[in-house]
Amino acid sequence: MAYQFNFAALEPYWTQFARGCWLTVLLATLAITIGLVIGIVVALARRSQIRALDLAAVSYIELIRNTPFLVQVFFIYFGLPALGLSFSPWSAAVLALSVNCGAFAAEVIRGGIDAIPKGQYEAGRALGLKPLQIFRYIVLKPALRIIYPALSGQFILALLTTSIVSSISAEELTAIAQSVDTLTFRSFEIYIVATILYLTLAMLFATIFKAIDRAYFSYPVR
Amino acid sequence: MIRQFGLNEALFILSGIQATIALSLIAFAGGGLFGFVVALLRTAENKAVRRLAAAYIDFFQGTPLLMQLFLVFYGLPAFGVQVNQWVAVAIGLTLHASAFLGEIWRGSIQAVPLGQTEAARALGLHYKDRLVSVILPQAVRLSIAPTVGFLVQLIKGTSLAAIIGFVELSRSAQIVASTTYKPLLAYGLVAIFYFVLCFPLSRLSAMAERRLSVSR
Repeated sequence: MAYQFNFAALEPYWTQFARGCWLTVLLATLAITIGLVIGIVVALARRSQIRALDLAAVSYIELIRNTPFLVQVFFIYFGLPALGLSFSPWSAAVLALSVNCGAFAAEVIRGGIDAIPKGQYEAGRALGLKPLQIFRYIVLKPALRIIYPALSGQFILALLTTSIVSSISAEELTAIAQSVDTLTFRSFEIYIVATILYLTLAMLFATIFKAIDRAYFSYPVR
Repeated sequence: MIRQFGLNEALFILSGIQATIALSLIAFAGGGLFGFVVALLRTAENKAVRRLAAAYIDFFQGTPLLMQLFLVFYGLPAFGVQVNQWVAVAIGLTLHASAFLGEIWRGSIQAVPLGQTEAARALGLHYKDRLVSVILPQAVRLSIAPTVGFLVQLIKGTSLAAIIGFVELSRSAQIVASTTYKPLLAYGLVAIFYFVLCFPLSRLSAMAERRLSVSR
C-alpha cells in the first residue's frame, strides 16, 4: 500500500516555517559571531607564555570537542540552574552554540596563526611594531585568508547544529516543525519540508561564502 | 519519589555506554562499507555516476543529522516498514556515516598523485588492479587521521538517538537527571564518559596526522 503524501496540510503553516528559517539563521549568526570572539581569545591564550592560561585554553577546547553538543546543551540548560545560573531556552541555546563554536573556531584560528612564517613576526619586530600591531597587520590578515574557508564551513555546521537546541524547546526550525507535527500529525511530510529548508539554507550560504571568498580573499592573479 | 544520586545512579548512566559503543560500531562498519562504494562512485570515470554520488554526499553534509534520523524514523513506517528504534537509528547513522566516510575517502583517493594512475595504466593494469595494488595502499595511509576523526564525530552523533527515545549514554543521563533532580551531576558525569571515549581517539587522529605530514 502506497503512502498518501499530503503536503497541502502544511500550507497554512508556511509563515511558521519561514519564521523557523529566520530564527535558525539568527541563531547560527549569533553563535558564529560570539564563537569567533571566544575563538580569538582562546587561540591567543593557547600561545600565551603563562602555562595556566595555555592549559585552561587546551582543556576548554578538548572538553568541548570531545563531548556531544546535546550533552553541552543539557548541561547548560538543566544543569547550571543548580549553581544559580538560569537561562531561558533561547539564551541557553545561544550560549551553548557560542561556547561550542568557540572551541572549534579557536582551533581553526590557531591553525591560521601557525601558518604564518616566523620571519614575518621578526620582520614586524624589526620594523618597531608593537605586539598588537604585529598581530593586527601582519598575522591577522594573511591568517584570515587561510582560515576563511574553514570558518565558513563552521558557519554551515553551526546552522545544522542549531536543530539540536529544539531538545530544550528553544524556538527554531526543528522546534517549529515539531510543533506543527503535534497539530497536523503529518510527521514525514513535515520533516521532509524541514530537511529541504535546511538543505536550501546550507547551499545558499555556501554559495554566498564562495562568492565572498573569490571577491575578497583570493590573491590577485594577473 | 526523589532518588539519591549514588553509585547505582552513576552505574546506570555508565550502562548506557554499551548502546553508544554498539551503535557507533554498527554505523561505522555499515557506513564504512557503503562509504567505500560512495567513494568509488564519486571518483568513477562516468560523469553521471560521479554527479549522483556528489549529490548523495551533499544531501547528508547539508542537512542536520537530527533531520536525517527523523526522516528514517518517521519515513520507514510511512512506507509500511515497521522497525524498532534500534534499527531506525542504526540505519540513519549508517547512511550518515556512508556519506561522510565516502567524502573523506574520495579526498584520500584523489590525493594520490595522478601520475600514479597514469603509470599504472601505462603498465597495462586494469581498473581493479590499479585500485587494489596502486591507489588504495597509498590512499589508506592518508585516510587514517580523518577517518578516526570522523569516528569521534559519529560517537557524539549517537547522542541524538536520545531525542528519539533510544536509551544510550545521553538518554540514561536524562533518566537519572529526572529521577534524582541532580541534572548538574548527571550531565557532568555523562560528559566525562563521552570524553573518556572520544579523547583518546582524537589524540590518535592528531598523532596520525602529524606522522603523515612529517613523512611528506
